[in-house]
Amino acid sequence: MIWNREAECMAREEMEEIQLKRLQAVVKRAYENVNYYKKAFEEAGVYPEDIQNLKDIEKLPFTSKTDLRDAYPFGMFAVSPNDIVEVHTTSGTTGKPTVSGYTQKDIEIWSEVMARALTMAGGDKTDRIQNCYGYGLFTGGLGVHYGAQKIGATVIPISAGNTMRQVEIMQDFESTILTCTPSYAMYLAEVLENQGVTWDKLKLKAGVFGAEMWTEEMRAEIEKRLNISALNIYGLTEIIGPGVAQECLVKEGLHIFDDHFYPEIINPDTRQAQPAGGKGELVLTTLTREGMPVIRFRTRDITTLRYGECGCGRTHVKMDRITGRSDDMLKIRGVIVFPSQIERALLKIEGLEPQYQIIVSRPHQLDELEVQVETSPALFSDEVKYVEEVKKNIETHIHDEIGLRVNVSLVEPQSLPRSEGKAVRVIDKRDMK
Amino acid sequence: MKLEQTSVFLENRKGRLWKALSILRDAEINIRALSIADTSEFGILRMIVPEPDKAREVLEENNFVVKTNDVIGVEIPDTPGGLDGILEILTKADINVEYLYAFVEKKMDQAIVVLRTEDIEGGIKALKDGGATLLSSEEVYVL
Repeated sequence: MIWNREAECMAREEMEEIQLKRLQAVVKRAYENVNYYKKAFEEAGVYPEDIQNLKDIEKLPFTSKTDLRDAYPFGMFAVSPNDIVEVHTTSGTTGKPTVSGYTQKDIEIWSEVMARALTMAGGDKTDRIQNCYGYGLFTGGLGVHYGAQKIGATVIPISAGNTMRQVEIMQDFESTILTCTPSYAMYLAEVLENQGVTWDKLKLKAGVFGAEMWTEEMRAEIEKRLNISALNIYGLTEIIGPGVAQECLVKEGLHIFDDHFYPEIINPDTRQAQPAGGKGELVLTTLTREGMPVIRFRTRDITTLRYGECGCGRTHVKMDRITGRSDDMLKIRGVIVFPSQIERALLKIEGLEPQYQIIVSRPHQLDELEVQVETSPALFSDEVKYVEEVKKNIETHIHDEIGLRVNVSLVEPQSLPRSEGKAVRVIDKRDMK
Repeated sequence: MKLEQTSVFLENRKGRLWKALSILRDAEINIRALSIADTSEFGILRMIVPEPDKAREVLEENNFVVKTNDVIGVEIPDTPGGLDGILEILTKADINVEYLYAFVEKKMDQAIVVLRTEDIEGGIKALKDGGATLLSSEEVYVL
């Protein structure tokens, strides 16, 4: 099923025409209504009339997370505060939160893209969507909620947390679609197994998982344990929330709703556009948002764009699964390491629960990487020799993946913190000052 | 002629051994023999208990990783050279010992050795052929 065939299967030329028209309009709106953009454009010597084709977007300055934060709380709004009907914020884990303001029309756009996303995952009015994304200032809960209502599904607004209740509701209400972070899906699978609830006792068919990075291996694991299609959703509060892009059942990348969000890929160091098909940092521009237009936002997410018609029939450009972030990447002894690489290595080991934590320290002027992994019966024996070999085997797998020697510590089961939202995988103890 | 040994993974953290033992205490499980293999990073608690299944269950309920496996119980005279005789038998039979631990039985003048050989069956055969006194689980539990 395709929610909006006209928009989602449009020919590229037609799409580009719409994108250009919308880009010109949003740049003009931003310039005329937001002081920050007026100043930034003037400093860069670029004016709305300079946008003659899509490539001209590269003349515009970037917007960073810091720029948005500096405008805290409402400095980026392009409309009167009276026209803002809803606000959301980022978690603020990396500093003061960024505020996102929505007009009535923005909420409609959000509902539309989320309706496309949930339809892509096989959802329709017959579905019961157990929405375990947090409701509140976080965009996850309400974003899914709006989309679910738009397609006429039954939304179960259970929000994050209270796992025992989640498990109970999932069975009693016969939820068919699960929406949460992938690490929470793993945790739910673990809890279900512990309670002897096998997948055939559930009605789940798909999961829409996002808000944190995950890997193909983790997808395979979730799909096996819950017997569902585990699909990737992508979004950012700064741009709108969830619903910027969604994976279809072909599972070869996420369709960006590029009639609303214009994507570019740049080299994060030179900030120049990457050649077509190149890997780099995703930059997004909101083409239709009224309340808070965002021009060339540096997402810090590393991906690749792929154009062309998908097996599902959609022509929305596809982005690869995010493989890392240009800012949460770790530099260990000069080597770039993404936590997702370590996860990939761990998931290759039979019998290992992918519950882990990465600890970076610098005890003697040299970076040390410790990976704590929870022991499971498959990894344990009465013989020290065996357990040490298991440990070495994990270290070798990680070494093969990242090219660095790490120290693996086996810890007791359930001793690493479980997240109900975004998993905290990395603890960086280095004092970088 | 095998004993069932219960092994528990212990993180190298304060209070973990105590935690494991207090779980057994609460389950009223009396440990017959015990040893700890320690490395710089983790420990393995090995025990002979009368109710291995129950021990495993209560430990696992409390999120410990538990493994049960067979070991050999041998009775030796509690005199100088008592253990020597056993090791001589095994060495001559070319059987490698992974680890062993011993405890002394108060009522008899005997000591009990818990042995783990690479090849359990081979170890049992060699010891029997060598005239060693092997103990069954039941015999050890009632000690």
